[in-house]
Amino acid sequence: MSVSADHRAAAPTHRIGWRPDFWSVGGLSIAVIVMLPVLAVAVIAAGSSGDIWPHLSQTVLPHLIRTTLLLMLGVGAGVLLLGVGTGWLVTMCRFPGRRVFEWALLAPLAMPAYITAYTYVDFLEFAGPVQTLLRDLFGWRTPRDYWFPEIRSLGGAIMVMACVLYPYVYLTARTAFLQQSVCVLEVSRTLGHGPWAVFRRVALPLARPAIAVGVILALMEAIGDFGTVDYFAVRTLTAGIYDVWLGMGSAAGAAQIALSLLGFVLLLIYVERLARRDRRFHDTTARVRALPQFTLSRPRALLAFLACLLPLMLGFLIPGGILLKMAVGRFAQSWDSAFLGYALNSLTLAAAAALVSVVIGLFLAYGQRLHNTPLQRAVTRLASIGYAVPGAVLALGVLIPFGAFDNLVDDWMRAQFGLSTGLLLSGTVIALIFAYVVRFLALSFGAVESGLAQITPSMDMAARSLGNGPGAALRRVHVPLLRGPVLTAVLLVFVDCMKELPATLILRPFNFDTLATHVYTYASTGRLEDSALAALTIVLVALLPVILLSRAIAAARPGHAAAH
Amino acid sequence: MKKLAGRRAAMRGLVMGAAGIAALFVGGGMSAAFAQEVNVYSYRQPYLVEPLFAKFTEQSGIKVNVIFAKKGLDERIAAEGKNSPADVILTTDIARLTGIVEKGITQPVDAAALDENIPARYRDPDDHWFGLTVRSRVVYASKERVAEGEITTYEALTDEKWKGRICVRSGTNKYNIALLSSIIAHHGEQAAKDWLLGIKDNLARKPQGNDRAQIKAVAQGECDIAIGNTYYYAVMLNDPEQRPAAEAVRMVFPNQSGEGLAGRGAHVNLSGMAMAKHAPNRDHAEKLMLFLVSDEAQHIYAEVNNEYPVKPGVAWSEMVKGWGEFKADPLPLSEIAKHRRRAIEIVNETGFDD
Repeated sequence: MSVSADHRAAAPTHRIGWRPDFWSVGGLSIAVIVMLPVLAVAVIAAGSSGDIWPHLSQTVLPHLIRTTLLLMLGVGAGVLLLGVGTGWLVTMCRFPGRRVFEWALLAPLAMPAYITAYTYVDFLEFAGPVQTLLRDLFGWRTPRDYWFPEIRSLGGAIMVMACVLYPYVYLTARTAFLQQSVCVLEVSRTLGHGPWAVFRRVALPLARPAIAVGVILALMEAIGDFGTVDYFAVRTLTAGIYDVWLGMGSAAGAAQIALSLLGFVLLLIYVERLARRDRRFHDTTARVRALPQFTLSRPRALLAFLACLLPLMLGFLIPGGILLKMAVGRFAQSWDSAFLGYALNSLTLAAAAALVSVVIGLFLAYGQRLHNTPLQRAVTRLASIGYAVPGAVLALGVLIPFGAFDNLVDDWMRAQFGLSTGLLLSGTVIALIFAYVVRFLALSFGAVESGLAQITPSMDMAARSLGNGPGAALRRVHVPLLRGPVLTAVLLVFVDCMKELPATLILRPFNFDTLATHVYTYASTGRLEDSALAALTIVLVALLPVILLSRAIAAARPGHAAAH
Repeated sequence: MKKLAGRRAAMRGLVMGAAGIAALFVGGGMSAAFAQEVNVYSYRQPYLVEPLFAKFTEQSGIKVNVIFAKKGLDERIAAEGKNSPADVILTTDIARLTGIVEKGITQPVDAAALDENIPARYRDPDDHWFGLTVRSRVVYASKERVAEGEITTYEALTDEKWKGRICVRSGTNKYNIALLSSIIAHHGEQAAKDWLLGIKDNLARKPQGNDRAQIKAVAQGECDIAIGNTYYYAVMLNDPEQRPAAEAVRMVFPNQSGEGLAGRGAHVNLSGMAMAKHAPNRDHAEKLMLFLVSDEAQHIYAEVNNEYPVKPGVAWSEMVKGWGEFKADPLPLSEIAKHRRRAIEIVNETGFDD
């Protein structure tokens, strides 16, 4: 048996209390810096919000909470089904188109959710082409003449979000499936398990930590989202945040709702951990041969093909096609040489933020592996929670420490040397990159952590007993084994930074646009047609690294080359 | 081999990324070092204000730096504190204008030209904020299914005959809040709540979309009446694909005639400006503000977005002229802004958006 399902002997080294060293102190310091914006949101929340809570709880709050929970439930089920299903099919089964689906299934990652929402509303609303065609065909006139599912609804929001967010689960699940040891699968086959039983009883439990990470990431993104739900007139707690902040002019009340939203996420993480308890699954060997694949019979291959095609259609081909049609129609009006500049800004920021996030994610995850103490765990967990804070609220949290730091330095320099340094960091790309790292650390940390969890502690022990320090062990043992998860982390953060909008708008320097902000200036006034070209550019620019990295991830499986 | 190539590519990416960041950083520093400049934090869409800034730079030689966002700029100015580069703040709605004054991030501007060019009800009595353009929130009715003169007031929207026939965007939208605030100001809180409940009863669908989506819905027969701002209609008329939808509806300025409140005039809202408290380029900021209420700038505003210039006597755009003269509610905008919070509470209490 090449899997150790040990309950307790998991943590590699020090279980006895917290001990200061490079990894623990370094990890804590980084975590605290990354946590500053969330702490600042807490400080904002500590302000007086007047009598907002009694008013809200008597009026809209129950409705907001119910809608948020339903959205989480729907999106969670959707991404689980689509992500795990396609991940397994593509990794373990042979059917026509598999090689293309392998990377194409990631394509919806390149579609910003709110853009997808815009295109679907345009397509399916009463005034859209689908319903207009139906009316022309059947001679209906008003909505009272027939029934058509309302796209601007909770169901519509769940559909759109599940279709653009499932790649998180697909990615993490597939990375986990790719990392699994052949021995386990073969043992399970020799014990008489068919493909289904192998999946259900062996592969799924092994991949569970990774799948959970993917689902939690998708849910964090779903509840932090404003653009999509706002457009769909679905009132989640995020809608409440903006009403209180902008309508009632109470940033304190908004921050309080944002923090209670975080409560939802922590609860989610806790429930998942509780269900998993202390069980850990590690491969005991790193000798992995090419994965055996199930060759599917013709009808089954067709089903597998359709199962992979559906999410790709809904999450990418249809919205992408609508955008393309609009872009072609308005190409002459919307082509703008400034695009290249926006694209360069987007690419550079996203690349920088992705690199920084992955280095920090690796550092924190490894530090937690070395020092698996409650303190270390709690701090790293909190550091990666910025993902569930709506982008604009998080941006407020970034403004405060940066403004305080800049003004402090300025005061000191004035007092000491009589010269003003003004704002050193506020309003620069540094503040933007910092915000991206804070917001998306959950992505890199999650991917790396779940990858680390699959490496057996005996690896650490062997490396250490051969005289390697923790740093050398990380460099010589873990990082090479973690190429898949690390690349996954880079990809996720990169793509999300490309699409990031609310924090970019608030924190950016003067006269500075990314592709996302450029699209937004048009799409937000309902002129989606005019911004279709820019939106397509985001998709294309984001798509290229998605494809490249997806190939690298597949190649990252040791021994993978032998498969082809 | 493959592995090595991968590493090399990664290294190359790293170096290029770092170089790019350095370039961005230096670029940012450079523009901040410009001597003749003014910094604008704008809640208004860039394409609406850029023609104005281009003209200003051409005339004055002062470069205009802009940040646009729909929210969070107040908080950014507050966090940047006394070192904030913000000189002028542009907003899209009256509540925003009074909001930034309440936050204490503005300073008064005492310039005779501002007072002369802007009617008193469209500026702050204490000189902190100034209106730039006026827009009315009007009723759009289907030409086919609503007879001329069938709907003439905001109050009549609650009439039972409109049951299942009205479309409107979210009740918490700032323009709807301002409209409801004006109803509170004229009729009192209880009546305003009843009014909103009456409209809720008449809705054809759950509040959703922006103002243009409501007009489209009327054109397509999903509803017969919608509420929206004037300039959205102009945008649609100027768009070849949306023109047919716009032409299927009639624009109605409410409350134009009759005794008392029935003839008080259509509700209007403002886009406006204020000077930031710690404006580093105070003189340039004042120049820009004066420019924005000049005949020339006011005319550009009128042409670019088909809004009503705040300055009396400036020509309206051809399209806006075509809609005819209308009577605007003379209630000072600062009065309307006072009821904002209560208005949101009423929207929540009635469950308008649920």
